[in-house]
Order: sequence, then structure tokens, then C-alpha cells
Amino acid sequence: MKLNWFKYAAPATFYPLAGKLIPWFAWSAAILAVAGLYLSFFVAPTDFQQGESYRIIFIHVPAAWMSMFIYLVMAGWAAAGLVFNTRLSSMMASALAPTGALFTFIALWTGALWGKPTWGAWWVWDARLTSELILLFLYLGFLALHASIDDPRRADRAGAVLALVGVVNVPIIYFSVKWWNTLHQGASVSMTMAPKMAATMLLGMLVMALACWMYSIAAALARVRCIILEREQQAEWIANLAKEPT
Amino acid sequence: MIWKSLDDFIAMGGYGFYVWGSYLVTAVIITGEILMLRARRRAVDTSRRLQQSLSEQVNT
Repeated sequence: MKLNWFKYAAPATFYPLAGKLIPWFAWSAAILAVAGLYLSFFVAPTDFQQGESYRIIFIHVPAAWMSMFIYLVMAGWAAAGLVFNTRLSSMMASALAPTGALFTFIALWTGALWGKPTWGAWWVWDARLTSELILLFLYLGFLALHASIDDPRRADRAGAVLALVGVVNVPIIYFSVKWWNTLHQGASVSMTMAPKMAATMLLGMLVMALACWMYSIAAALARVRCIILEREQQAEWIANLAKEPT
Repeated sequence: MIWKSLDDFIAMGGYGFYVWGSYLVTAVIITGEILMLRARRRAVDTSRRLQQSLSEQVNT
């Protein structure tokens, strides 16, 4: 059996596929978010050290994970667009960037609101926080660079180079808490607590992370459909599409 | 049950400002992104309809 992956590399075949997939991802996101919030606020117990302030974790950690993961996926698509010269790959990179930037902002914002009661400071220039801020600037830089170049294919290539150079920042964020002596705690949030607490806390965090995943996919697919229409308005298949209801 | 009352839930053990400040801003951002995506989609559809009617006028 041979599956032709390149069939879906064409915007004309990917566009209707994305349209069919969006409701599935959007509804999964909504259901998982409700379940995740229920676990976060009604099942996970109060933390014996931080009290209720720790409940920020259920949004902070998934958002931080997404901010890094979306960047890697975005850079991957950008690289594919650069190497194979496929339009759709570059469009996917552009579609992911705003969602990634938003999750980075959420991670920084919730981090500040968690830092204040826990550390006594909204912000400190420690390695984890600083590298995450650089990630936000990388996303914004990618978007700004892309928007500043009129020819979309040239904008794709310039953006791809920036995205690929910026990839080096992702392992720096991830390992910053190991490599440097940071105020930000290490990755073992759940390991130091009693097993039963860890189980429900970890479950809440994972369900929220899954909800963020599903949401990101739905948002990126919805955005890539807009980008396809914007960029390929002159194409014949889009003209035929206009005859059908949208 | 962790919470004794609605007030207790809102207070979040004295951390209400930080906890709800996190969740509210996140909700606003996500809602904002969805609304912006809808607006972008509507703008594309409008320009497509315009193009369609223009090309029909040219062809007739």
C-alpha cells in the first residue's frame, strides 16, 4: 500500500481536508478544556506549600509547552518550504506563528502572575524567563519580517531562515533550568509531592495540555485556509469554489 | 469538595487576583484569536465575492 503524502501538499486538496478536520479538533479542544478546568479547580487538591496560587500551573505549563512545540513545528514547516519549495509548507509556518506567539505571551503573563506571590517579583532576568521572552521576539520577528516583504514566496524564504536560526533558542529554554542556577523551578513539579496529589495534578495538567494542542491545530488549520484563499485567489479551483456556498 | 462557597472559590485562598488574572487574560486572548480568525475569513470571502461578480461583469 502506498500512500501519496504529496497529494495533500497541494493547497487545492489540502483546503477541503482542513475544512473537514477543523470541527473535530475544535470540539475536542472544547470538551478537553471543560474536563481539564474541572480537574484543575475541583479535583486537584490545594498545594500544601503554595496554597491555591499553584492552580496557575494548569494554564502556565501547557502554554509554555505549546510555545516551544509550536515553534519547532513552525520551523519544521518553514524548513520543508525552503527545501522542497512547497507553497503549503510555508503557509503552514505562517499559520502557526500567531498562535505560537499568543501561547508564549500567555506563558509569560501567567508566569508573572505566579511569580509575584511565589517569588515576590513579577519578573526576574533569569535564564528561563529571558529565553522565553526571546522566543516571543522570535515569533514577532518572523511575523514582522514576513509582513514586510511583498512577494509572498520571498517572504516565506526570509521568514524560514529567521525561524531556523531561532530554533537554537528552544533547547536553551528547555534546559535553562538545568544549565543555569535559575529562580524558576526545575521540570519536576509533580515528583516532589505525595503520589496521590501528583496524580490528579498531573492529570489536570495533561488534559489542559491536550486541549491546547487541539485548539492550536484547529486555529492553525482555520488560519491556513484563510492564507490559501488570500494567496491563491487567481487560481481556477478557488474560482470554482466560489460557486459553492462557503 | 475543596470549596465551601462561591466566595471561597472566587477568593482562591487569597490568591484570587493572580489565579483569575491568569485565567481571564488567557480566555480573552483565545476568544480574541477566534474572533480575529472569523474576521479574516469574512474579509477573504467578501473579496472573493467581489472578484467573482467583477469577472462575471467582464465576461458578459
